[in-house]
Amino acid sequence: MTTPVLQARGLVKRYGRVTALDGSDLELLPGEILAVIGDNGAGKSSLIKALSGAVVPDEGEILLDGTPVSFTSPIDARDAGIETVHQSLAVSPSLDIASNLFLGRERRRKGVLGTVFRMLDRNGMREEARRQLDALGIMTIQNPGQAVETLSGGQRQAVAVARAAAFGSRVVIMDEPTAALGVRESRAVLDLVLQVRDRGLPVILISHNMPHVFEVADRIHIQRLGRRKAVVDPKTISMADAVAIMTGAMEPPDQAA
Amino acid sequence: MSTTLSKDHSPGGNPLGEHTTRSPLARLQHLLHSQATIGPAVVLLVAVVVFAVLSPRFLTPGNISLILQQVAVIGTLAVGQTIVILTAGIDLSCGAIMVLTSIVMAKVAADTGLPGLPALLLGFLVGTLCGLLNGLLVTRLKLPPFIVTLGTLNVFFALNLWYSQSATIRGTDMPSLLLWTGQTINLGGTRVTYGSIMMVVLVAAMAFALKNTAWGRHVYATGDDLEASRLSGIRTGRVLLSVYATAGLVYALSAWVLIGRIASASPQAGQLDNLDSITAVVIGGTSLFGGRGAIVGSLLGALIVGVFRNGLALAGVDVLWQTMAVGVLIIVAVSLDQWIRKVKP
Repeated sequence: MTTPVLQARGLVKRYGRVTALDGSDLELLPGEILAVIGDNGAGKSSLIKALSGAVVPDEGEILLDGTPVSFTSPIDARDAGIETVHQSLAVSPSLDIASNLFLGRERRRKGVLGTVFRMLDRNGMREEARRQLDALGIMTIQNPGQAVETLSGGQRQAVAVARAAAFGSRVVIMDEPTAALGVRESRAVLDLVLQVRDRGLPVILISHNMPHVFEVADRIHIQRLGRRKAVVDPKTISMADAVAIMTGAMEPPDQAA
Repeated sequence: MSTTLSKDHSPGGNPLGEHTTRSPLARLQHLLHSQATIGPAVVLLVAVVVFAVLSPRFLTPGNISLILQQVAVIGTLAVGQTIVILTAGIDLSCGAIMVLTSIVMAKVAADTGLPGLPALLLGFLVGTLCGLLNGLLVTRLKLPPFIVTLGTLNVFFALNLWYSQSATIRGTDMPSLLLWTGQTINLGGTRVTYGSIMMVVLVAAMAFALKNTAWGRHVYATGDDLEASRLSGIRTGRVLLSVYATAGLVYALSAWVLIGRIASASPQAGQLDNLDSITAVVIGGTSLFGGRGAIVGSLLGALIVGVFRNGLALAGVDVLWQTMAVGVLIIVAVSLDQWIRKVKP
């Protein structure tokens, strides 16, 4: 069996008396889209936050390519090559697209302007932003110098996905990327998700939308009551059965995954 | 400021191809939205023209020099105030920090015979530490900036009264370096104080830092959306700390300008300067909600207030109407900001 790119073992996270994660596992294999589904309160968000460094789990371990890692901030996870597209998008509306793409890792000019005056390489970042948007086929955005607040919801999502795809070297995590979008925009974002995987980056996709999950996922991780209840293959299980397992109405079939 | 931000908003180059049928009012809204300093620039220009027509003395070199001198203290304070407000904060203690540092600079030199430069640097250190204290209270104790600086305003002012023993230090007791900001240089027939020049240089330097460095981008992003910035990997706590500490240093520079302006160091000077600096920032088009605005706007805002007061005085208008005019300007500026923020994509 191949080594999982990202693996969580027995993660526990408590908030006071509430146990959000109760010994949760997760395995992400190379080159796959792993969907994570679960009812409200099943611990999806806590699981993702632990993997992306936004919260520190109380117990358990996280392995990246088989090596234990510990993240104390989103910056740690990013430095390890794990990029996350948060549900809240984490973009700064008044800054332009290129500034958002490079937020927190700006490039400086070469020479004295960069080292002494710490001047940003604005044009270089714009060009790179242009390249990244083109690479993902995001043609509706023509000008990387445009402020993000002038974009539609789908375009903002595209900017966030482009940022993750541009800088993620190991794993891209997407939390509800289609939740706030219309039909056509959702379509475009799902295409982006597939493209990211086709570039060789494994993706963890959190979603409530079963048709979207079944359309793009290679495997589906079902989270229930703070634990991994099952991992199922969307080609062999029906949507209704997946939901039944998720809500506890049905026991999962024999664990094969 | 950011002329490249929305080049393509011009007709024909519209990237979204959606707003071809925009009304003139909506277009104005978009323009003001993308160019925050246009509003104050237009107001300043109109005010200058009107007052020049009303009073022949208004545009004389002597009067321009006077306006610049009157604006220099508030203008430098507003530089610090702007970066704090850009992070969605507010600094009520800026005047108190300025007065405290001016007393420290002057009294240490007067009492101990310390030369001008070390006295000045000591003042810069005190100002920075005061700002750092504000920053620590905001980031570590997570208190609202309004409350933090309301508290430290009183703390710093009390320290100032205690250390100065409520006594003014005369200019003749100080090293000449501390008074240098009040000296003038002849620029094309107009006598300009070094303090006014320092204000302009400070504005230019801060505008550069905000526009062209990663730190500047992070200041805007932090004020725009703190949580989003954190998730984007910005160390927002450090950004806020650096902003408050830098603001403190800037207030110490204002203290230097203040000493030159009044040729002494008075523990009672600049009592209302904190509110005047906020006025300049707000009239300059910077949003109190953070993340939007520019330092040049604050300079324009300070100049607008200065020009209004000076122009109305020259026109023989009672000082109470000058105050009312400034009040109306504030309300108009904030209403305009609210309207601009409602811009539709």
